[in-house]
Formats: sequence, C-alpha cells, structure tokens
Amino acid sequence: MVKTSSRWTNLAFQLLAIILALGFTSLVMVLAKADPLEAYRNIVMGSVGSLNKFSDVLVAWVPLLLATSGLLVTYTAGLWNIGVEGQITLGAIFTTWALRVLQDSALSPALIILIGFISGALGGMLWASVVAFLKIYGGVNEIFGGLGMNFVATALTIWLIFGPWKRPGIGSMSGTEPFKEALWLPTFPGLRISPWSVVVGIVGIVVIYLLLQGTYFGLKLKAVGRNRRAAFLLGIPTTQYMWMAFLLCGLFAGLAGAVQVLGVYHRLIPSISSGYGFLGMLVAMLINYQPTWAAPVALFFAALNIGSIQLPIVMKLDSTLSGVLQGALVLSVLLMDGVRQRLMQRR
Amino acid sequence: MKRTWFVLSVLLVLAMLLAACQPAATPAPTTAPTQPPAEPTKPAAEPTQAPEVTEPVQPQEFVFGMLLVGPYNDRGWSQAHYEAGLYVEEKVPGAKMIYIDKVNPADRPGTTPEQLAEDLVSKGAKLVIFNSDDMKDGAEAFAKARPDIIVIHASGDGAWKEGKNYRDLPNLGNVMGRMEYGKMIAGCAAALTTKTGQIGYLGPLINDETRRLAAAAYLGARYCWTEYLGKDPAQLKFKVTWIGFWFNIPGVTADPTQVADDFFNSNYDVVISGIDTTEALVEAKKFRGQGKEVWAVPYDYIEACKEAEEVCLGVPYFNWGPMYAKYIQEAIAGTWKPSWDWVGPDWNDINNPDTSHVGFVKGAALSADASAQVDKFISELAAGLNLWKGPLNFQDGTPFLKEGEVATDLQVWYLPQLLEGMEGQSVSE
Repeated sequence: MVKTSSRWTNLAFQLLAIILALGFTSLVMVLAKADPLEAYRNIVMGSVGSLNKFSDVLVAWVPLLLATSGLLVTYTAGLWNIGVEGQITLGAIFTTWALRVLQDSALSPALIILIGFISGALGGMLWASVVAFLKIYGGVNEIFGGLGMNFVATALTIWLIFGPWKRPGIGSMSGTEPFKEALWLPTFPGLRISPWSVVVGIVGIVVIYLLLQGTYFGLKLKAVGRNRRAAFLLGIPTTQYMWMAFLLCGLFAGLAGAVQVLGVYHRLIPSISSGYGFLGMLVAMLINYQPTWAAPVALFFAALNIGSIQLPIVMKLDSTLSGVLQGALVLSVLLMDGVRQRLMQRR
Repeated sequence: MKRTWFVLSVLLVLAMLLAACQPAATPAPTTAPTQPPAEPTKPAAEPTQAPEVTEPVQPQEFVFGMLLVGPYNDRGWSQAHYEAGLYVEEKVPGAKMIYIDKVNPADRPGTTPEQLAEDLVSKGAKLVIFNSDDMKDGAEAFAKARPDIIVIHASGDGAWKEGKNYRDLPNLGNVMGRMEYGKMIAGCAAALTTKTGQIGYLGPLINDETRRLAAAAYLGARYCWTEYLGKDPAQLKFKVTWIGFWFNIPGVTADPTQVADDFFNSNYDVVISGIDTTEALVEAKKFRGQGKEVWAVPYDYIEACKEAEEVCLGVPYFNWGPMYAKYIQEAIAGTWKPSWDWVGPDWNDINNPDTSHVGFVKGAALSADASAQVDKFISELAAGLNLWKGPLNFQDGTPFLKEGEVATDLQVWYLPQLLEGMEGQSVSE
C-alpha cells in the first residue's frame, strides 16, 4: 500500500462510490416500478423540509452518533464490538431501573435524569466488560461474545417488560409504563428534540475526537489496533488498552440507551436500541474509522432514516429502502477503496 | 487484501443481521407498489374533471391520516381499518386518506406514533386515526401536542368520562366495536363444531380488551354447548394461550404458528384467533391437509375466511367505515366533538356494511345444523339475550356477578380476570 495517492484521485473514487450506491438503489426502485428521483426528493423533503422534520432527524442522530463514537474507540483498538446493540439496550435498562427506583423520591427531576444518564453509562460498560472479559481471558472472539450478549440483552428486556416491570394488569410487549413528564428530557417548545441530548451527542464526539487524535492514549490505542504483538513488545500494556476500549465503547453505547429512554420513548420497549448500534458500525466503516466525519455522516444516515418515512405515505414504497441505500453506500465505498488500492499497487 | 475480504464478509453478516431484525417489514414492498397507482390518480383526476362538468359545489379536499399497527394487507385488524378508509373516500365527498402502516417499534425502529402522526399532518391530514391500543400513549401525547388536529384512537378509552383513563382532551375521541357479540358467536360456532370438546383461543397480549374478548368467546361457547347441545359445561375445555403482542414479532413474541400447532396437536380441534393475523386459519388448513379434522375462526377482517374456506367456521369482524365516515363528515362540517363510542352491531342485519359496526360472516366449514343454530343464537342475542349475567365467577373462583346480576359497561370493559372454566393466564405474572 503506497501512500502516494493524491487527494483528487481519492475524491474521485469516493464520488464514484456514491454514484455506484445511488445507481444501485435507483435500480432497485426501478425494478419496484417507482420513480427514483421522486423518491430521493421525498427523502430530502422528509428530512430537512421543515424545522419539525429536522428536529426528528436530530432525535435519531444523537443516539446514532453516540454509538458511532463508542465504536470508533473499539475499531481503533482493532476490535469488532458487535455487542454494541446489547450495550445500548443495557444502558436503556439501567436508566429505566434508576428512574423506576427514584421516580417517587424527593430528589429533583434534574438530578434523577442525571442519575439516569450515569446509570445508563454504567449499564453499557457492564455489558461491554462481559465481552471484554470473554475476549481477553476466555479467548472468545468479541464478535461471537458480542452477538451472544446481544441476544441475552434482548431476552432480558422482554423478560422485564412481561415480568417484573409490566404495566398493572397488562401483559404486552408494548413496553413499561411511561414515566411522568417531569422525568422526560426537556425539549425545545413544539419539537421532539431536547437540547440536552444534542449537547450529550456533541460533547461525546468531541471527546472521542480529542482522545483519538490528540492524546498519547489514542496513539497507543492505534498501535494496539494495528499490531497487538508489536505494541506489546514496545511496552504498551495491551490488555489494559483493550479493556479501556471496550469500557469506553460501552459507556457511549449506554449513553445512547439512556437518551432513547429519557428523550425518545420515556419507557423501556423491546427494540429500544432501534438498531443504532448496527447502523453505527456502518457509519464507522463509511468514514474509515476517522472521527472527523462521524457527525455529518451520522446526520446523513439519520436523515435517510427519517426522510424515508415519506416513501410509504407518498409513494407506497417500503421505508427500508433507506437501509438499502445505506448498505450500498458502505459496500461501494469499501469496494472503491479496494479498487483504488489495487490500482495503486500495480503502478 | 485479506483485510478487505474480512471487512466484506463482516458486512455481509451485518446486513443479514439487519435483515433478520426486521422480518415483518419486508413482505409488503413486493405487493405494495402494484396496487397504489390506481389510488393516487383517482383524487388527481377528480379536481380536474369537476370544475368543467359541475360548477356549483366542488367538494373541498379533506385529508385524513391513519396509522396502522400492522401491514395494510394483513387480512386482519389493520386491513379492516385500511378498507374502512377506502369506504370513507367513497362515501364522503372530498375525503382522501393517507396512511402509514407497520407502525410499531419492531418494524419502524427509532420512530414513535406521535412522530409518524406529525408526518401525516405535514402531508395535509386534519384528522388522524391511531388504530391500535399499542399507540395509546402516542395518541394521547399527540392530541396534547397538536390541539388543532382531531385524534381518533380506536379501541382506547381516553375519551370515556366514566372510564378509568379519562384524559379530558378536546380533540381526542375513541371508537371501538362491541366485538363481545362477535366473539360470542364465534365461540358458539366453535362449541357446535368441536368433536373433542376442546377449544383453543390464540390470544394476543393481555389487557382489559383481550381478556373481555376471550371471556366473551367462552361465554358464547358455553351457552351453545349447554343450551343447544345439552352437554355438561364441565366437559367443555377452553384454553387461552397468549403470544404477547397483536401479531408475531420473531424473537419477541411467542410464535402464533407454533401456538396454533400446539393446540391442534394436543386434541384442541377448533382454534379461535384473537390476534391481528391469520396464523390459526393457515395452520388449520395445513393440519386438514394432513387428514386431521380441525377448524379455525379468524378475526377482524370480513374476508379473512378466504385464505382457507375449507376449515373456516366464520369470522367476527369490524366494520369501521360508517363510524369513520361519520367522524370525518362532522370534522368537515366543524361539528365534531370528542366522544367515546362503543358501537354494537345493527341487530336488524349484523352484516349491513353501512350500519353495523361489528358483524359475523359464517364460513364454508360450518355444518348446516350448526349454521342454523348459529342463526338462532344471533337472533336470541338480537332479542336481548345477555350472557354477561350472573352467576359468574372469575377464574380464581371469586364472584364476578351475583345470581341475576347483569354486568355494566364498566365491568365488561375493564374485566380484570378471565372467567371460571377458562384455562390460561389472566394477568401476566
């Protein structure tokens, strides 16, 4: 891999990747007898067409960005933390737990919400630490460990919703009793987005950016990610660094779960993670694990998710089309990256 | 290069995972695009045509929105609502429906009903129908946030002054059918048909509504079992198994296909469905194909039997159209007021599409004898037969209604337990 590629060829390849993804998605739509341009127009209008819509995009953006931020740390350490979904879920469970315990106490709502956030972070870290433990001491690949823990997290949620946390007289997966409004993250008037969750999201990605790009810790973590053995021989305590990476990612995932409970659903529901963990993995891959572009790309993905809701209303198309576009984008960017590298090598 | 392959294969796994997480979301798109073209063109053609021919009153367009919990073509609860919307478009001049289906957190992760209602409003909806009990919190939150929009929450009780959950919102109304009658007829048909004396009830989640509907099916079954067949009520087994939601969500609910199979495999030869979709009927057909004598009673949608006529005893269904047309007419005229409507059948003809809110269509698998007796049962109900009458005990043996006591609407709506003689969970433990 020769690092001589100019910025322009890079850009050209990325542009080509985007065209490829759009082309593929358009082809899917044409096959479904739908007008792609009309669909794209609807997605755009449905995501940034009004302040209301844009605020909904932000509602999806914050947990997605938090999950992505966490994943950047584990990716940097060379770890595939697929367990991020379960870590988000556990964050949500811990936040719900804290709120249930404290909701009737004399504490001020602001303090309860803060404790909710902290509990969420702890929940995510707890779940990540299980995966870390299995990986580091049990030799279980983190992909399998994470996958397993995701299933356990889902089972735990469902058990809580149908069991100890069920609504009185009701046995339904629709969720736990909603918390009183005083315990909801306060929103901008008339909108669904809370300034507080936006602050949490932005602070999160800034912290990760500084950590990975501007500290010794980040540099060493990169070394661990590139070549664990070499890093160890150079005196980096790799075990500790892997622990740190997992715990940090769990912390951020847990915060994402807390935001979902405190700011979006105001209760625990079975699919509380909303798939933001997996989507966050796609975002991280698309930005080549560099935090610089995390915020805008996550915003773009969130906008696709929200904007695509227009498709069934207006065009009777399924909204999962946004997922097709997201997946195609990541695949084509990776593909183009491979093509570029191969061409460079030949030369 | 190796790394690239690794990345690609992980991506593939991810893609499969993502796909596995949203299984219910996929079946619709193949069918969806084919149907709609006809629909958007209709209203588009109308305005262009109208001014030329008739000058006097051109009906002003009134857009109403609908949030459907399941797919619009589920042959059950959601399709009944969807077709009611089409009925309104046909009957109320200028009315135009827009809708979002599969409104549940499993199919649309990251969204809330309030948010999706907002999407409908941004497309012009002045009235939004929330079609599921699952959207109760969303409907009420939305009604509070948007006082300018009329909210109809089907199956809810937020607008019932005497009810336990009265919200007193000037723009929130409720409508529900007195499906207890439909379920009683279903239970009667099942009791007249069963050869083993064992009836299974495929229940959705557990709440007031589902408890009272399951209980109604039991009451109907017991009545026809004892009064028409002259058999001992103790010989009738009636078991309820709940799946945990209105339809199958893999990995979250129990699998209704499995539950129906279990019933048929353990000597229950009739399964009454209480869920939004038609698994009971589909499985009955499968077992019939293997030579087993089994039947099923689907639910919600007038044409549900069509999926398997040969095992279908009939279907109790909702006919939401007339009520929705009424609300929308009132909304256009500006006379709409919040109300809680628990609407019964039109006893002159329970299958009148313009007047009866609930009905029962007999299925091809119902024998001639049973069919005549079902008719007799319907006419008895029409004449005032009330099965919510004491002595009745709750499942745990505590008294519900004393000898001769008739249950009030409140007692029926908020039925706290199943009834004595029924097997199955009353409240999830």
